[in-house]
Amino acid sequence: MCLAVPGRVLSIEERDGTRMAEVDFGGVVKEVCLEYLPDLRVGEYAIVHVGFALQRLDEQSALQTLELFASLGLLQEEFGDPWALAADHGNTWAEDDAAAAAAEGGRP
Amino acid sequence: MPEITDVLIAGGAAAPTSTPTSTPTSAPAPAVALDLSSWTCPAPLRDQPRVVMGHGGGGAMSAELVQHIFAPAFGGPVLAQLGDAAAVTLGGVRLAFSTDSFVVRPLFFPGGSIGDLAVNGTVNDLAMSGARAAYLSCGFILEEGVEMSVVARVAEALGAAARTAGVEVATGDTKVVESGHGDGIYLNTAGIGLIPAGVDLRPQRVVPGDVVIVSGAIGVHGVAVMSVREGLEFGVEIESDCAALGGLVDAMLAVTPDLHVLRDPTRGGLAAALNEIAAASGAGVLIQERSVPVPPPVANACAILGLDPLYVANEGKLVAFVPREHAEAVLAAMRAHPLGAESCVIGEAVAEHPGMVVARTGLGGTRVVDLPIGEQLPRIC
Amino acid sequence: MKYIDEFHDPDLARRLLDEIHATVTRPWALMEVCGGQTHTIIRHGIDQLLPDGLELIHGPGCPVCVTPLEVIDKALEIASRPGVVFCSFGDMLRVPGTDRDLFRVRSEGGDVRVVYSPLDALRIARENPDKEVVFFGIGFETTAPPNAMTVYQAAKLGIRNFSLLVSHVRVPPAIEAIMQSPSCRVQAFLAAGHVCSVMGTAEYPALAERYRVPIVVTGFEPLDILEGVRRTVRQLERGEHTVDNAYARAVRPEGNPAARAMLEDVFEVTDRAWRGIGVIPGSGWRLSPKYRAYDAEHRFEVSGIRTLEPAACRSGEVLQGLLKPHECEAFGTTCTPRNPLGATMVSSEGACAAYYLYRRLDAAPARLEASPVA
Repeated sequence: MCLAVPGRVLSIEERDGTRMAEVDFGGVVKEVCLEYLPDLRVGEYAIVHVGFALQRLDEQSALQTLELFASLGLLQEEFGDPWALAADHGNTWAEDDAAAAAAEGGRP
Repeated sequence: MPEITDVLIAGGAAAPTSTPTSTPTSAPAPAVALDLSSWTCPAPLRDQPRVVMGHGGGGAMSAELVQHIFAPAFGGPVLAQLGDAAAVTLGGVRLAFSTDSFVVRPLFFPGGSIGDLAVNGTVNDLAMSGARAAYLSCGFILEEGVEMSVVARVAEALGAAARTAGVEVATGDTKVVESGHGDGIYLNTAGIGLIPAGVDLRPQRVVPGDVVIVSGAIGVHGVAVMSVREGLEFGVEIESDCAALGGLVDAMLAVTPDLHVLRDPTRGGLAAALNEIAAASGAGVLIQERSVPVPPPVANACAILGLDPLYVANEGKLVAFVPREHAEAVLAAMRAHPLGAESCVIGEAVAEHPGMVVARTGLGGTRVVDLPIGEQLPRIC
Repeated sequence: MKYIDEFHDPDLARRLLDEIHATVTRPWALMEVCGGQTHTIIRHGIDQLLPDGLELIHGPGCPVCVTPLEVIDKALEIASRPGVVFCSFGDMLRVPGTDRDLFRVRSEGGDVRVVYSPLDALRIARENPDKEVVFFGIGFETTAPPNAMTVYQAAKLGIRNFSLLVSHVRVPPAIEAIMQSPSCRVQAFLAAGHVCSVMGTAEYPALAERYRVPIVVTGFEPLDILEGVRRTVRQLERGEHTVDNAYARAVRPEGNPAARAMLEDVFEVTDRAWRGIGVIPGSGWRLSPKYRAYDAEHRFEVSGIRTLEPAACRSGEVLQGLLKPHECEAFGTTCTPRNPLGATMVSSEGACAAYYLYRRLDAAPARLEASPVA
């Protein structure tokens, strides 16, 4: 139910009234339906499952997560538990931005 | 992308039948009475009254077909060795003798065609016995209605591959089947070659401590073919690795004739080849996943489809079990050869877990690399 | 692949594992819901790297394992009919029905084709107007939007020779059913990340509260699994039970609104039988009345199906975490991956298949007794 991989949008076109894209997965290019992500732009990443882009991949969030992993065990002594900070915060900063934009009537 | 000809029949991952028959044919009466009582596993072929695609997958089901139907019916001591090629002695001369059939779809794929496979497949089977292929036979089964230009292209490719491999097609046969039964073209080749003195390559020679070397990146052929197979098409810069390995094997034997076993990991991939060797030798095999070379396009195509590169077919690679004392020199000789430039050590034969192949994962855990059962299929889960 | 390979880094994995080991003080039983997560765990040997008392129970999050036997038998029946092209994801081809599987149907002349995407099945329908193309619409909430869009397209383009055999299942009711089972041992859930990419996280706080279980939305790469485990055991050790999103790069609280809107249009909630578990109310989706014309069950009168599970198969108890695979009498004897009695032995991430591999390893003679005969 869950095999989905992140790919980068190379190009977008309409076909039979459907929004389709060429998506690059590290050198493998496949045609993907973009109907569920109407705001996704060329150059952005999406999670793709059985030929459909289901969610934008938040690159900033990905990098932050990796940075937090890398700091495990090191920051602990200096600044306290980074995980407590993240968990208490709840969302990533990207999610906060999006939530704020939505609250102002922007896109979801 | 090569031009895809009209003979490509719309179908799924590997569907030889394009239209269902209106009435199923009645089951043929068995030609011999099979003694089922001696089968130890609970319900092997008993609950499979018909052949299914998995029987051709190169894994456990294929092995069962041989073990339970073919070997009892016509097997002798030579067949019992169950090597890719048979080592026989005729008039005091040791020969390797092998056959292979080719049913690939589509007929033409990035980097090759059924014609190339037909030559290199048998040449390589013989090479795995240490023999340089000298003569091939070639049987064509053509479907009524196939375009002559397609037959010509396949024949051209076959000829070119034979010249490159230094082998002569000495004899052949042609049959035509009615439209709807042949999926275009099927090929069979058989070949013979001389086994050099002092060379004895078979799994039974493997001992714990042997070093496992692979001659280059895996999964390339399978991904190249899948990329143009209907229903799975994707764009990728990958060409089949189809190649004749006789020269590479010669270079390895020049270091020492005392290699233990060679295998070309075709259907069922590296996993199938290692499992067959482990099972036949009784040794365990331990590989380091991080050492197994997988090119990024192969890894990524497999990630999209949910496939494991260890199970994907190769057509221009070999895996060798080399006595530890010779490993370094053999590896150097392989790397000096154009077809072995990316050779590397991926593991060793061990005394633990006899008959099983285990991989140390990139994270430091272990996983059992089991024999594939049938075909590996794309998954969503 | 970018945003995949980084999440396999062994050094970062080590750090996460160290954290987990440092956090755990007593035994815990976690269930990862999604079969894809089970696959990663087995594939990378993750459960061997976790602390000894930390048990991962493999949940029923695999459509191969839970698609009801009756639906499989209907699929086999439809696929056997002349003039039908039956398209399916590869996962389903080896799943045993009452007396055969799709491979067998193909060997008997049925036109059964593996596709990567439901759109491929629709294309086959357009290219073969003389055939009836049926797509096997199984899966969880991740696969439902692709299937929904395909039906929507079929209707929009007026493609009549296409229909869907639907058997979608939903995760939250399954979690509920598992927690309501009296012998349930699950203390926390790793929720299925890509399901939440579509549906968001709104359905989970009520479950976390009602059953007092941490629910951590978890991804699928090794570091994602470890992070999900890390955050889960942290909650368990602290006596907390909240919903936490450990897969923020692909999951937003609201999910994908466009996908959810399509689901509401094309599907409606229904009771669904889960193979080996039984009927879980409201746990499935079927085509809505608006799209009933595309429902294969209506198009093909399939009656007279008499399903019969092998009596020995206890995959339902395994799926709920009530029974360990090797505790089943048939395990490894009459039921093996080569001859599976139930779906949990068929699927490469089914709990029974996974255990089978490790059982072989554990039971293997420690060393070669004698050198092999030359």
